Amino acid sequence: MEHVDVVCPFCGCLCDDLEITVEEGHITGIKNACAVSRSKFLNHGSHRITSAAVDGKKASMKKAVKEAVEILSNARRPLIYGLSSTECGAISKAVEIGEVTGGIVDNTASVCHGPTILALQQVGESKATLGEARNRADMVVFWGSNPTAAHLRHIVRYSVMPKGMYSTEGRKGRKVIVVDVRQTGTTRLADKFVKIKPNSDFELLQALRATVRGDELPVDEVSGVPMKEIKELAEEMKNCKFGIVFFGLGLTQSEGRHMNIDAAVGLVSELNRHTKFVLTPMRGHYNVAGANTVATWQTGYPYAIDFSKGYPRYNPGEFTAVDLLASGEVDAAMIIASDPAATFPADAARHLAKIPTITLEQKTTPTTMLSKVVLPVATAGVEAEGTAYRMDGVPLRLSKLVEPPKGIHSDEKVLDMILEGLKEVAQ
Amino acid sequence: MKDIVIKGGYVYDPLNGIDGEKVDIHLSDGKVVEKTKKNAKVIDASGKTVMPGGVDLHSHIAGSKINIGRLMRPEDHRKDEVPKGKYTRGGVGYSCPSTFVTGYRYAQMGYTSVMEAAMPPLGARHVHEELIDTPIIDKAAFPLFGNNYFTLKYVRDGDQEKLNAFVAWMLRATRGYAVKIVNPGGVENWKWGRNVYGLDGKVEDYDITPRQIVTSLAKANEALGLPHTIHLHCNNLGMPGNYKTTIETMEVAKAIKPKKGRKTTIHVVHCQFNALAGDNWMNVKSGAPHIAKYVNGNDHVTLDMGQLIFTDTTTMTGDGPWQFALWNMTGNKWVNSDVEMEAGAGVVPYTFKKNNPANTVQWGIGLELALLIDDPWKVYMTTDHPNGGPFTYYPKVMAWLMSRQARTDTMRELNKAVLKRTSLANIYREYTFNELAISTRAGTAQALGLKDKGHLGAGADADVAIYDLDPTGWRPSQYKMLEKAFASAAYTIKGGEVVVKDGEVVSTPLGATHWVDVKIPSEVEEDLMKDLAEDFKKYYTVSLRNYPVEDEYLPIQKVHKTRGAWK
Repeated sequence: MEHVDVVCPFCGCLCDDLEITVEEGHITGIKNACAVSRSKFLNHGSHRITSAAVDGKKASMKKAVKEAVEILSNARRPLIYGLSSTECGAISKAVEIGEVTGGIVDNTASVCHGPTILALQQVGESKATLGEARNRADMVVFWGSNPTAAHLRHIVRYSVMPKGMYSTEGRKGRKVIVVDVRQTGTTRLADKFVKIKPNSDFELLQALRATVRGDELPVDEVSGVPMKEIKELAEEMKNCKFGIVFFGLGLTQSEGRHMNIDAAVGLVSELNRHTKFVLTPMRGHYNVAGANTVATWQTGYPYAIDFSKGYPRYNPGEFTAVDLLASGEVDAAMIIASDPAATFPADAARHLAKIPTITLEQKTTPTTMLSKVVLPVATAGVEAEGTAYRMDGVPLRLSKLVEPPKGIHSDEKVLDMILEGLKEVAQ
Repeated sequence: MKDIVIKGGYVYDPLNGIDGEKVDIHLSDGKVVEKTKKNAKVIDASGKTVMPGGVDLHSHIAGSKINIGRLMRPEDHRKDEVPKGKYTRGGVGYSCPSTFVTGYRYAQMGYTSVMEAAMPPLGARHVHEELIDTPIIDKAAFPLFGNNYFTLKYVRDGDQEKLNAFVAWMLRATRGYAVKIVNPGGVENWKWGRNVYGLDGKVEDYDITPRQIVTSLAKANEALGLPHTIHLHCNNLGMPGNYKTTIETMEVAKAIKPKKGRKTTIHVVHCQFNALAGDNWMNVKSGAPHIAKYVNGNDHVTLDMGQLIFTDTTTMTGDGPWQFALWNMTGNKWVNSDVEMEAGAGVVPYTFKKNNPANTVQWGIGLELALLIDDPWKVYMTTDHPNGGPFTYYPKVMAWLMSRQARTDTMRELNKAVLKRTSLANIYREYTFNELAISTRAGTAQALGLKDKGHLGAGADADVAIYDLDPTGWRPSQYKMLEKAFASAAYTIKGGEVVVKDGEVVSTPLGATHWVDVKIPSEVEEDLMKDLAEDFKKYYTVSLRNYPVEDEYLPIQKVHKTRGAWK
């Protein structure tokens, strides 16, 4: 069977034009996908965890869920973390579990674009959906982001190559500027590569902003960039018709963090006094935007949410997973659609191994290996339906193309089983 | 579900001509009925006020815009933390309440139906996901049409037939209820950082005017026989002198032939923001008397107040260029969010202050509109939540409407501009309970074309509010008592189920989402789809196939079917 216009559940681009062939319940062909997507679709079935496990031993789903309920209901300060690579129904259940257990709910934004949100809470943000870039942008700035490695079809589908309503010439009609600390695939296709000293984005952004405002800076260079070049760049930005900045972890996770984004927002806002300018974060995991979105409408807060007082509280730095684990504050954890043991600092990962951890996962990962309870789940967007939010906030429907392995349920269903168990215990 | 009889209350049911009489209300199977079975549960409402459940026709409760407000304002949430309860989820309140809290708090005030007034079509799934998480109340959402590419294209081409088909298709694709228009043409120009000024300004890339957009969409609206009129946020919002634009816009809609059975062709939203006289924010004064005079002399217009509340709130609108202007005026944090091909939005926190002359004038304007327009069926109570202030302040607005003393007591605390630049101090009118019921449920339900809402006749939905206030003994000087009673209903009954008792939520059923399904003849639709397919491929970043909202997003839906222009 041929499926067309399938939404790809792998990165924040959520490309929705995939063509997928399913034969006898297996994905056998895929068109329009990038290399990452192709590999994930075609190999989603291999090396799967086929059975739930407790303490490393195979267990029935029922027993494993019971064990998970026990862990969570006995915990004094459970952490629920991950959520960026699953659909919104699962995220919703996870938030409710956080509330029912009086625990903490955090998602991977706390280690990627959390600083972007902090900046938004300080100064705001001028943004647009990706189609605005496609239809109007004549200036595209990649700042600390490298789509050739992280968002493979971004350049072709949205930002650089496509022809649009007013961008009738495609690539030729756009000026592409890359600001980065080193040569990347993206710098190679840029019209201008502004190479800056590591950890000096903030200074350059502020210098640009001052220059756009018409202030003279009494220096020869900023962040390794000559003042003359900064002035030229400021002029070009002011004189474009529609400019857009796509920024990545090079900006959010380098020195200055949320202050960098604050400065970028300030620059873009300032430019709106001259022309149209917007910025959009390059969100990595396909539904990390959804994790923030769902948590925000349900609790008021996007991540780092503590329910220990019965109402949601928010404090990044205190209620964020890395901080809670590194300080040894949490006494149980449930990990959904994420692999913190592989990506967190050693202190944090070590604590995860010490406490009873429940993990919902498709394949064996460092996190499943240190977990007390492992619950196998279906792959959202391949074996389960749901909603995901693109990096620019556009919600799309993920499809179910094939059945999950026998006895394996979606994240949402498994979380619902746990939630029901917790409610029973509470009564 | 057990039948319910509400006995002995003073009933205000303006649509059925019941004005404070003692009538028993019988509820069975989710509906108001003539007579219930013998074993029905009896609610003693003696000495209390009974009204149909409240119907809010303009509020921002779900979708990307309010969620940006929630996201950007942790400081707002800290003022109003809501713990989970026995039946309720936790969350936050104040100006950008979480979805659960939104549902509870409306119900606690006796409201049972709320309209989300601005849905960007591309974000329709987001709106519906949030509506699923908004418990108790019935709801509907209005997709934005006034700056949509296809609207502008068909207006430019003078193709009314296609525009009609497009409006019908879009309502179905987004599961929308009414045609919302925000600053027609202005938001399109804002995509290049500019605005449009007035009805005859130029929508740059299309060489058309806002006048043409409003005319064409109003024609489409009436030709399709939609339950509600166009729902219009006028051009020049927030600009002193704009009352003229507002009246001109109303005049545009006068030329449109209404659908059968209705006199109106336009609803002007949060009119307070569009009823400013003067030349700038320093000398701004009320234009409300001009607008009231026009509305009193014409029967094709309804409007809502957009009443201002003196508090810290979060302004949010599809009017991107206005929010940019507000950011420039205030320097507060500013989020702008443009949606490809369709719409935009802006969010800026704002504090309305009692010592700010302009703010006091705005406060006066909202009330002047409600009090100077003679017919309460033409003007409805809103705060344009949360733009003028959070909806939880409705009881305060009710007090101002019903008690001159409440107004005077507030005016004493205000900058004197309100006395000099509005006529409010000279207005003695006080709303009756019947007029209040019109302004907050009967009139709004009628304007929306929600035939089963806003009244308590047999066949109506069993949505009832009972307030602990004896209207026969109440005097306007006791306005604080009124505020208290309307803030916290003695009972709210939704779909025949008691959801609030003594101001506390006791049950949280999911309400229905209403949307309008216009039958389009297949050959007209095929023709339209060809157009859409071509342009989607060229300009959108999602495919046409992935655009329409699926049934999964409407677990309980109430479809309003109409047969439009193509009989």
